[in-house]
Amino acid sequence: MTKTAHRRPAEAIAVRPVKAPPPAGDRRRRRLAEQLRAHAFLIGGLLCFALFSWYPAIRAIVIAFQKYTPGSGAEWVGTANFTRVWHDPEFTAAWRNTLTFTLLALLLGFAVPFVLALVLNELRHAKAFFRVVVYLPVMIPPVVSALLWKWFYDPGAGLANEALRFLHLPTSNWSNGADTALVSLVIVATWANLGGTVLIYLAALQSIPGELYEAAELDGASLLQRVRHVTIPQTRFVILMLMLLQIIATMQVFTEPFVITGGGPENATVTVLYLIYKYAFLYNDFGGACALSVMLLILLGAFSAVYLRLTRSGEEGA
Amino acid sequence: MSAATRTLVSPATLARPRGRAVYWTVFTAVVVLFAVAFLFPVYWMVTGAAKSPDEVAQTPPTLVPKQWHLDGYTDAWDLMQLPTHLWNTVVQATGAWAFQLVFCTAAAYALSKLKPVFGKLILGGILATLMVPAQALVVPKYLTVADLGLLNDPLAIWLPAVANAFNLYLLKRFFDQIPRDVLEAAEIDGAGKLRVLWSVVLPMSRPVLGVVSIFALVAVWQDFLWPLMVFSDTDKQPISVALVQLSQNIQLTVLIAAMVIASIPMVALFLVFQRHIIAGISAGSTKG
Repeated sequence: MTKTAHRRPAEAIAVRPVKAPPPAGDRRRRRLAEQLRAHAFLIGGLLCFALFSWYPAIRAIVIAFQKYTPGSGAEWVGTANFTRVWHDPEFTAAWRNTLTFTLLALLLGFAVPFVLALVLNELRHAKAFFRVVVYLPVMIPPVVSALLWKWFYDPGAGLANEALRFLHLPTSNWSNGADTALVSLVIVATWANLGGTVLIYLAALQSIPGELYEAAELDGASLLQRVRHVTIPQTRFVILMLMLLQIIATMQVFTEPFVITGGGPENATVTVLYLIYKYAFLYNDFGGACALSVMLLILLGAFSAVYLRLTRSGEEGA
Repeated sequence: MSAATRTLVSPATLARPRGRAVYWTVFTAVVVLFAVAFLFPVYWMVTGAAKSPDEVAQTPPTLVPKQWHLDGYTDAWDLMQLPTHLWNTVVQATGAWAFQLVFCTAAAYALSKLKPVFGKLILGGILATLMVPAQALVVPKYLTVADLGLLNDPLAIWLPAVANAFNLYLLKRFFDQIPRDVLEAAEIDGAGKLRVLWSVVLPMSRPVLGVVSIFALVAVWQDFLWPLMVFSDTDKQPISVALVQLSQNIQLTVLIAAMVIASIPMVALFLVFQRHIIAGISAGSTKG
């Protein structure tokens, strides 16, 4: 870079006299041509954003207040969609399940990767191997991991109960029991996704300056105290980021309940996104589906806004 | 590198006999945990498909198939029309990748280097979509795709894939770092904007193009809800949707074999590019 910087002025001097300042009309035309060219590069991407991002966002809000049937048009109905959806018994179940799912996923998918990353960071051998293995489930298609665990949860020949029997523990209904189904799904989601979290934690742990640990140890801090007073404060930013990301991701859970439990038993695993899907494709009620979408949009949009705000301030700080 | 940096446990502690004993105990425990939690399910899947239908249903299960039945795999290949669905997935993923690469790099280049009017506003609009959770918009997006007559058409996967603010921003940020001087030098040599993009910017952007490519491919291959909505025509469905649709009335061993086959491409991609993928994930995070 420095090389070109040194060479450039000479070239610029050699070229500049040739290009005499053009007349004003010419300059304007050239600037217009430049703009046209710039927008020609933009147009493809811009059209896609307009059609599949901006327009659907506006449309979701519009249809939420309409009775909408594809092909035969729309009719304004005020807030009727919202009240109808609100009084659906599945509505409460869906939101309760989604929030519980998110909370459980946060406890499991958040603490476990942190501890795992802490331990892996201390290991002196086979680190690369662990990194590959922990990320392996992330690369297995979500549908496959859902089907795989559905098979594990099978009350008959399922591996999950077999493992419990092996450990002389009472067996469980897993995804077939109304009170265990949601937890079973959280386990699947955690297994399938924790690899990414572990890798991000590992990267964060590696950026902690070793002197901090040394100083803490000289002050007589025990291992747990070092975790509490050095590791956690030093990675606080990453922890917060991942927590927000996890909330945003898990509140949109769909594949696991759809594939493993079909929302059952007794609506125990119906999630908000599943309910949106049902309204649109089972009840053909696009107004209701969009009303639900708007609710989810507002809630998650708030989390996303905080997340983006924090990442941007973090980038400026770095 | 990691041997030199000091972590939670000091090297001195590890050097002591007791520290060494603790270290190796923890190490063994981690190895066992990883084997059981992450590798065993995968092993169980691969071997489960090779068992006979009776053996796979028997309790207690067998750890190693008594007899290796590879016809589970061949049956899956034929009965579930895996070639069709795999091909559909390949078409959808590579198309989405190509569209994304062409349109996103062009747009990112324009936003980064060509100073379009309203460029700031456009970038703001693109970044604003990061705040919108993707799945919350699937229904209106579906209606738009239906209005455009793109249902059961791979374009329904390709075009929305371009509207990926994250990848576009990643590219734009990378292009921002390319010094103006380099581009100007090329222009003085008589290169047009497209030529500069093609012969100067893109060759310099190999790392970020690699990351975007992997993200794009993996995202389409792993997606389920969107293709489930868009492809009602069974012959057009990608493997993820077909697996779920067919899982109801097919023999378990055949289904498991199909699951293994569906996993192979992405796992293979990961094993080949694991260094880059892992580095990409780690780097992307520490910057934040």
